[in-house]
Amino acid sequence: MNARHVVVVGAGPAGLSAAAAAAERGAAVTLLDAADQLGGQYWRHLPAERAGDDEAVLHHGWKTFQQLQATLEKSPSVEIVRQAQVWSLETAGTATGSQDAAAALQVLVGEVDGPDRRALTLAPDALVLATGAHDRTLPFPGWTLPGVFTAGAAQALAKGERIAVGQRVVVAGAGPFLLPVASSLSQAGARVAAVIEAGTPSSLAAGWLSKPWQLVGAAHKSGELFGYLTHQLRGRIPYRTARAVIEAHGGDRVEAVTIAELDRRWAPIPGTEEQIACDAVCVSHGFTPRLELAIAVGAALSADRFVVVDPAQRTSVRAVFAAGEITGIGGVDAALVEGRIAGHVAAGGDHRDRALGTALRDRLRTTAFAHRIEAAHGIRPGWTGWLRPDTIVCRCEETTLAAVHHAVAATDSRSLRSTKLSTRAGLGICQARICGRSVETLLAEPTDSTEPPITAAPGPGSDRRPIVTPVRLGELAALAGVLVVIDPPSTSTPVPAPATPPPLES
Amino acid sequence: MSRLTADVIVVGAGIVGAACARSLAATGARVVVVDRGPAAGGTSSAGEGNLLVSDKGPGPELDLALHAAQAWERTAAELDDELGPAFPSVEYEPKGGLVVTSSAAGGAALLTFAETQRAAGVRTVPVDGDGAREYEPQLSPEITTGVFYSQDAQVQPVNATEALLASARRRGATVLTHRAVTGALTSKGSIVGVLTTQDRISAPVVLNCAGPWAGAVAASLGVQLPVRPRRGMVLVTTRMPHLIFHKVYDGDYVAATQSADTSLQTSSVVECTAGGTVLIGSSREQIGFDDRLRIAVLAELAAKALRLFPFLADASVMRAYGGYRPYMPDHLPVIGADPRLPGLFHATGHEGAGIGLSVSTADLITALVTGTTPPLDPAPFALTRTSLHTEQVA
Amino acid sequence: MTPTPVDPSRDPAHPRESALITITLDGREVIGRSGQTVAGMMLAAGIQQWRRTSVDAAPRGVFCGIGVCFDCLVTINGLRDVRACLRRARDGDVVVAQHDRLPATPVQHPDPS
Repeated sequence: MNARHVVVVGAGPAGLSAAAAAAERGAAVTLLDAADQLGGQYWRHLPAERAGDDEAVLHHGWKTFQQLQATLEKSPSVEIVRQAQVWSLETAGTATGSQDAAAALQVLVGEVDGPDRRALTLAPDALVLATGAHDRTLPFPGWTLPGVFTAGAAQALAKGERIAVGQRVVVAGAGPFLLPVASSLSQAGARVAAVIEAGTPSSLAAGWLSKPWQLVGAAHKSGELFGYLTHQLRGRIPYRTARAVIEAHGGDRVEAVTIAELDRRWAPIPGTEEQIACDAVCVSHGFTPRLELAIAVGAALSADRFVVVDPAQRTSVRAVFAAGEITGIGGVDAALVEGRIAGHVAAGGDHRDRALGTALRDRLRTTAFAHRIEAAHGIRPGWTGWLRPDTIVCRCEETTLAAVHHAVAATDSRSLRSTKLSTRAGLGICQARICGRSVETLLAEPTDSTEPPITAAPGPGSDRRPIVTPVRLGELAALAGVLVVIDPPSTSTPVPAPATPPPLES
Repeated sequence: MSRLTADVIVVGAGIVGAACARSLAATGARVVVVDRGPAAGGTSSAGEGNLLVSDKGPGPELDLALHAAQAWERTAAELDDELGPAFPSVEYEPKGGLVVTSSAAGGAALLTFAETQRAAGVRTVPVDGDGAREYEPQLSPEITTGVFYSQDAQVQPVNATEALLASARRRGATVLTHRAVTGALTSKGSIVGVLTTQDRISAPVVLNCAGPWAGAVAASLGVQLPVRPRRGMVLVTTRMPHLIFHKVYDGDYVAATQSADTSLQTSSVVECTAGGTVLIGSSREQIGFDDRLRIAVLAELAAKALRLFPFLADASVMRAYGGYRPYMPDHLPVIGADPRLPGLFHATGHEGAGIGLSVSTADLITALVTGTTPPLDPAPFALTRTSLHTEQVA
Repeated sequence: MTPTPVDPSRDPAHPRESALITITLDGREVIGRSGQTVAGMMLAAGIQQWRRTSVDAAPRGVFCGIGVCFDCLVTINGLRDVRACLRRARDGDVVVAQHDRLPATPVQHPDPS
């Protein structure tokens, strides 16, 4: 009997762990990652020609990464495809309501955005999505100035390039992940002027201190956090809560930021502003899961838009699994555990198998961690109070807040699609990856419009992107005649209209 | 459940419903527009915004398109005046269209077709390959024949729909979104209103403008209407230097729009948008309401676009979107009264031409509803036409 | 000067020194090390902005650093729309900043009839 073919997309902690578990269970595994090295964003590291003899000092769990990488590279049943950009996922099966969607991945292999990429089509027996997340940065006046980075950019440049993004840096936003960023910057020689955390002391207390036994339970994670905290104290980096960067100043680049105190809703409190001089600011208000493939395959999403999985990491679509940050922001321990379960079950195992050891119990603990992050650091609606009418909300198309409000008022429409098309917000090359959720929030704010707000609307919202990453027209044309059109079901009888308009992306 | 009274209920807040609502409201009628989703949420936001005469042979649809070409010029100016510069622009651009072909047989067919159009009142400029490249310098050297159509134009379809609705509201119309029509109110065999998921609306006239979902709306009102969805996909590139100046079509496009073939058909339509992106359409498939991405379709669109513009090979495609055209088995829209249920009118089945034909459809419907003289003969668009007899609608 | 490469002699990670490479940005030579990304080379050389936006002609450089925001787009060796933060630089790469303007109102052809 042939081994089950399991494709894992994403080689961060969840994907590496899934690939290893699937191979251990006897599957033939293909591990795909867009980058030219394994590790994902979490273990982003120096390229081989610049590898550090003591790179472990820059990372947490570096040994785990090295072990996973070595295991996968040695395994004869694992094929690792680096520089593999999955640009679409096609489903077959019947037209509507099918939960049995066999998936075909379209992949381009080669230098990212480069010439001469090779086309690859994969139709595995099971698919594990471990596509991770990227920073969510809320807009603020001046956030388009050079010198404003996401916190993830500062991390990537520090770990992958050994560059400090500035010499005097403000780290701002929300979440425990600001701390490792500050730590990396200090290690790279930058002076961190302050860490500005939007969470209020009471929400931080509610998130982190009301359930102290959970902190003990998620031992690795809390150890990591306390490590960062003591590092901050030792380095005397001011950690200031209930504050936000509400403006970046400068001509052609950042020269200072204004911070202000926030109320419980994250609305800036007038009169509390102060300026901090800096040459870089790194901002992250949380994470946005990379949902493109999960949405393309038809996996159900939760109301807060993560992929819904069962205890075996199964999505709502048969033979499609999800692990890591796309199922909830839980950190590296959760990702490793979820990946292990997903890989094992995708390869034909059962999540209650003894081979998984304590994975299931660990999974419960790490899920609680995700809830604590949301309680302590989750984005609160008052942030729109630091926007000004001329603040750019869509970086690609340079759409201002006033333009969005204007379109809503003029058309009486709060439809995301209509507003996008009339203001171009979210229509640029990043395809609303940066602004999409912020624009959704702005449309949901109370105005004079008679239209209902769209927050309650279920579905993928601005996260639906059937073309997952840009593909050259020539690369697409080269597939003509190579790919067979999947025959649709017979249409000799009219297909009944679905109950709601289909979620067309525009 | 709220109770409302009106003179006309328009079902569907897409471009056809919006244009009809505006036109009817201008006569003084109290108009209520209902849609189960947001305005411009279906087909109207899923196309390129074509206002074309070039793809239509002599006949009633061309007459409707020629009427629309004039009506759009006037309507776009009126909307701009009425709504002011603060309103998102309808981006009316009379940029003209260029139909090209690279084969001798294709060229001959194209020129013959253009000659028949010219006789029917279409302005056409036949050109050879070099002439075509004067219009579009980046065109493939393989192109040997072309016809330029100065009357082809475009609008941004969502903004156009929103503008028509805003104008209708200024004339007293009410637009109610996010409520589906669930049934008819009838009296003595006539329709006298509709029930929605939220309202009971009374009106002596109900106008079905639900596009590809018009069949479902008709069914909920108790009649059959043979309108079907015909899926289309469009590719969008990233912003690039401005190198394409008109709408440019592969000569095959004309054949595809006239075809009843249910299998996949693609032919190239390439143009630049005001945002600097390039749109590449379009496919035609009868696969029901199936919105899944089909890579083979996109690949074929890409290959055909490169036959027109080889320089696009390096262009990055950042988005693909699709929608459903409302398709009638005899390729003509249905515009007029439904004799089976007095008071009910339909305005749908425009297939891929609804953006363009919306304004002339509105003029026709308004005349039919108010009993004034129609601007052109409504008979070819009647539900009772012989070409629909096999569909059991008579 | 703002972005600053870590002084190798004081770097606790002790990275190896890779070969020197040279690329050009809009004709200007930028020297870096093999293995750096194009964006990494520019930042390490003190260049913080290269692209200009279409509407305001505002300067942009690196924002997300991981290929999500597309702010850092450049043309490399004639191929447009390459994310500088993801692409490893190669000796001799010719990098040109992208300043994509919005289309002007299209040329209207005179009506033939």
